[in-house]
Amino acid sequence: MISLFGEDPQRILVQGVTGSEGTYWTEQMLAYGSNVVAGCTPGKGGQAVSGVPVYSTVADALDKHGVDTSVIFVPARFAKGAAIEAIEAGVPNVIVLAEFVPVHDTMEILAVARRAEARVIGPNCPGIVFPGRDFIGIMPGWSPRLFSPGRIGVVSRSGSLGALVNLNLVSAGLGQSAFLGLGGDPIVGTTFAHALTMFEADAQTDAIVLLGEVGGPMEEEAAEHLATITKPVIAFIAGKNAPEGKKMGHAGALVSGGKGTAASKMSALSEAGASVADTPSQIVDLVKERLTR
Amino acid sequence: MFIEEADAKALIAAGGIPTPVGIVASSPFEAAAAVEAAGGSVMVKAQVPAGKRGKSGGIVAADTPADASAAAERLLGSQLGEHRVDRVLIEQRVDIAAELYVAIMVDPASAGPLLMISAQGGMDIEEVHAETPDAVHMTTIDIQNGLGADLAIAAAGSVTSSPQVQGQLAGLLVTLYGLFRQLDAQLIEINPLAITADDQVIALDCKLVVDDNALFRQGELPEQRPTGTELELRAAEQDFLFVELDGDVGVLANGAGLTMSTMDAVAAHGGRPANFLEVGGMAYKRATPALSLVLANPSVKSLLVNLCGAYARTDVIAEGLIKGWQELNPDMSVSFCIHGTGEDRAQQLVRDELGIEPHDSMDDAVKAAIAAAKVAS
Repeated sequence: MISLFGEDPQRILVQGVTGSEGTYWTEQMLAYGSNVVAGCTPGKGGQAVSGVPVYSTVADALDKHGVDTSVIFVPARFAKGAAIEAIEAGVPNVIVLAEFVPVHDTMEILAVARRAEARVIGPNCPGIVFPGRDFIGIMPGWSPRLFSPGRIGVVSRSGSLGALVNLNLVSAGLGQSAFLGLGGDPIVGTTFAHALTMFEADAQTDAIVLLGEVGGPMEEEAAEHLATITKPVIAFIAGKNAPEGKKMGHAGALVSGGKGTAASKMSALSEAGASVADTPSQIVDLVKERLTR
Repeated sequence: MFIEEADAKALIAAGGIPTPVGIVASSPFEAAAAVEAAGGSVMVKAQVPAGKRGKSGGIVAADTPADASAAAERLLGSQLGEHRVDRVLIEQRVDIAAELYVAIMVDPASAGPLLMISAQGGMDIEEVHAETPDAVHMTTIDIQNGLGADLAIAAAGSVTSSPQVQGQLAGLLVTLYGLFRQLDAQLIEINPLAITADDQVIALDCKLVVDDNALFRQGELPEQRPTGTELELRAAEQDFLFVELDGDVGVLANGAGLTMSTMDAVAAHGGRPANFLEVGGMAYKRATPALSLVLANPSVKSLLVNLCGAYARTDVIAEGLIKGWQELNPDMSVSFCIHGTGEDRAQQLVRDELGIEPHDSMDDAVKAAIAAAKVAS
């Protein structure tokens, strides 16, 4: 499996490039310096978006271009078809942005990806930002208030909480090696445990900020995985006051049967050696403390 | 979406899972009339979108039409947990030799379907699993292969030694897995699945949760009553993700993670959040109706707006909020913290239009909102 944290800028394919969101964010990615090599929309082969050639199928695009990562802008109900098309055509990394993808579709996408040894990020995620290099997805990588080249790896289930913590880090003079948005669905292709391994292997990263939330087992899994991580990990869990049985905006943010609570995640991470912040504003201090320890 | 037992059973029965004869009644008269058709000895079962009905008195045995009528009289209109009982299921009573537990669910840990089966049916499976993990047999399923006969037979063999029952049960598991896929189920649970004195398997209960994101392709589902408070229902109609809480600080933020963190910050500083409502994602252009939802809650004494824009543009949200604020002109204090995409224009709009200086720190904005709520109440 190809690491997303390679030295070279990713060669990016945009699926759904001719839609309004696809076109807007392709322009933003290009303006920031992201290496968008091709776009894809069924039946629109031969067109171009901001100079990026459009193909009708992923296979057609791959005939002409090398692609490391495909970012999928199609609506939720078409996401499965688009993702599986990309994986089966041989794209090693696929980012699914859409919210409201049926969870059975996600399970199918991930089963196909497992066989092909492809990496999926998302669904319902904001994408990935390498400050000063490129970004892929719908985070404003260009914003100097949110992103600055540095040595903190940030991984978050939520885009908005990620934005707040990135803002606090940059305001405190700490930049990021990468920001990775995992997505707010109950099942996502790349988990905290995967992200910890990627940041552990990344020479540009000195410390890892993990932003979790209530619901699901992903933070507890990450805690079990911490034994293999040598870099400092600073964690925060959103949703301490989330009532049982209510979806908190994200389909995956659901406390049910007393499981998936913030308290359980915080204690698991803390016992495994992470520094756990009570509020987002404490994260910067904990990062500084762990870096000077 | 939670499908109530009577509807869930109709769906699985149509799909080939044996269920007892059952008739839905919404009056004591209908309940009495259903007894004979259901075989004379029946269970009267309150229909609400929640589990654990037996423990809370929602399931009653009846042997005569008069008994059933009396049970229905007592249950109909009563409150079971947070739900009112509008219907009862009058169901044929079955001679039970053994009770099993069977469920197929979406399993985040394996990122695929998970089959759970146990010989200790009729109990709370969480408790069974906590006390005797070996009593629950788990099978992770590769969604591309589906539940094959070999896995189904192995699962059935873990709960019965009778070849006759094992064969029937394995067939039922394969059928149930087909329904799980066809219905886009997040959970399909049969507890108990009875084995009768004459070695037949039959589903005595069914809990079915269908993925809300797949409803567009589940057109045939029986309509379910919406659940939630009046305000939550109003919000759902407008496609807002809204949860009503019992505090007095109204919360408006963008994105699920930031909104939860904002609620947590209100609680951490000694205040009480009144709601969860996010105006992020595709909702960021609809801040005006979002504001009216938050302010429609009479408990709200002050408003906290916390924005950190990435995908969502804070200036667009601020514009919508200011428009709503000026229209509604509420008699309360509002504090802002605005950062991220569009922040310069958003902050200027708040200054110019409302004459309010946004806080630079989220904690300061939170504290100001809590203090204002205390003064107002």
